[in-house]
Amino acid sequence: MNGRALNLLGLGLVAVIGIAFLVLIPRLFELDVVLELTVYMIMAILALSLALIWGYGGILCFGQSAFFGLGAYTYAIAVFNIGESTIPLLLAIVLPAAFAALLGYFMFYGRISDVYLGVITLTVTLILFNSVNSTAGPEFRIGSARLGGFNGIPGIPPLNFPGNKASPIDLEGMFYLATISLLATYFGLRLLLASRFGRIIVGIRENERRAELLGYDPRAYKLATFTIGGALAGFAGCLFANWGNFVSPTIFGLAQSAQIIIWVIVGGRGTLIGPIVGCIGIQWLTTALGANQPSGGPDWWAKIFANAPLILGIILIAFVLLVPKGLVPTLGDLGQWLLSSRGKRAKTRLEPKRAEEG
Amino acid sequence: MTEPLLQTRDLSMHFGGVRAVRHVDFSLAEGELRCLIGPNGAGKSTFFKMLTGQLQPTHGHILFRGQEISYAHAHEIARLGIGIKTQVPSVFDGLSVRENIWLAANRIHSRAQTKRVVDEMLERVGLTEAAERLVGQLAHGQRQWVELGLVLATDPQLILLDEPAAGMTHEEVHKTAELVREINRTKALIVVEHDMQFIRMIAKQVTVFNQGSVLVEDTVESIMRNPQVRDIYLGKQAAA
Repeated sequence: MNGRALNLLGLGLVAVIGIAFLVLIPRLFELDVVLELTVYMIMAILALSLALIWGYGGILCFGQSAFFGLGAYTYAIAVFNIGESTIPLLLAIVLPAAFAALLGYFMFYGRISDVYLGVITLTVTLILFNSVNSTAGPEFRIGSARLGGFNGIPGIPPLNFPGNKASPIDLEGMFYLATISLLATYFGLRLLLASRFGRIIVGIRENERRAELLGYDPRAYKLATFTIGGALAGFAGCLFANWGNFVSPTIFGLAQSAQIIIWVIVGGRGTLIGPIVGCIGIQWLTTALGANQPSGGPDWWAKIFANAPLILGIILIAFVLLVPKGLVPTLGDLGQWLLSSRGKRAKTRLEPKRAEEG
Repeated sequence: MTEPLLQTRDLSMHFGGVRAVRHVDFSLAEGELRCLIGPNGAGKSTFFKMLTGQLQPTHGHILFRGQEISYAHAHEIARLGIGIKTQVPSVFDGLSVRENIWLAANRIHSRAQTKRVVDEMLERVGLTEAAERLVGQLAHGQRQWVELGLVLATDPQLILLDEPAAGMTHEEVHKTAELVREINRTKALIVVEHDMQFIRMIAKQVTVFNQGSVLVEDTVESIMRNPQVRDIYLGKQAAA
């Protein structure tokens, strides 16, 4: 089978699974499960935003949570002031994108090297965390929205159908919205990566100097990629604020920003499906471990398994050391190896990785 | 006399106290093929890096068709029509040969044209068979060809080749020399090379660099006979 056929097969598979998931879950499960899965879908969009800029654009952003949090806060503040949710939704995409563009402009056009890029983005999200965290007093308000500091903003009005304030989207509706958004984001990014733009950003990731010597301006391409990633993260943030009707500064925190990177590392850089799998898998595991509280007995195993951060830490270290490419690329290699050893054609192992793969 | 294609005036590059290139006045006519030779550290690669915007000169000027490009960005210079094949092949190792050439051809061609140009270029550099393989898995000689294909696919007016025959078999060297002569029918080239056999195959005019300056500029025959050049560079091997 050639690369193109495999590619189409993969796309078809994702579409079928996605639609089955969308249709079946609300019919088969209780609302609490649907609610849990909704937040997985939202976080998976966030994971895709980093999959694009890090996995394909080669930009290690340690502060993707900055755009996520900005999206959530922008939606919350705007919807309290405006009431109808269409403009707040758009603002929650545009504002983080504009912020990413501004930050990216100084980083890329200032020729900041990769390591410092990580440091700067991490610092930015921590600055946002500290700033928003210290706005607890009643004097911190934007219009009719109180920022609430470390208490966060509770009771955020949900999204409504565009233009009709009287018909808010209910919990099941949120599941549909989040899942459809995730599918749209996935296929949208696949299209983007198969386009001229997508192939060029992968080229720049592979060899920035060569891309430059061919006449491409890497700064402009990186800035555009970074901005798209910021917009996506902002959109995910808006959905997240809707999901819990609540947002607090921890959304900007170190734990949140590190988690996004872990999803991408575990799932696999340079693919789109990998970070989705990594994100959903790790969140599911975190929830499962959290639910498994020790009953008070001297059972050491139960205590260890109830310690979610410890288990997640072990998983991360295991992945970095043993499966450095991540889950999906490694499974892909394994599948190709099995195929080639069965067909006794060792050379198929050398099949190229296409830019639009994954 | 017509305007030269490329001209440098008093071009210098200092790295701290090290003066890698000193007061170089260099001129290349339209359609010319020039070889640059000189011992290691003579400043040839630094000179190339300044011509392509990878390094900004400490002082002096570079003019391409009369246009000042001394402080332009690398991508701007590439867009003006200067292409370079670097000493260590600079290619997209993680991508297929076809994708590599596509990235180059795509910059100047429309979508439909690009596909045709890529196929032609693969044929021209003899990599049609290997088109779907990852460049990182190819032998050094083949990666050199990929890079040559990349550079040619952007259709530059001036092509800089930094040691194009390095790491190639005798047969490949001949093939490269043939290709260089073919390219020279329509484009100007500057070639840095150590392999004297190769230079004899392609060169007419040779410029010798030594310690950052131009030592002498002459025809290939005179350069071979020049005792000064022999002393600094060719050694006894060529004299024998």
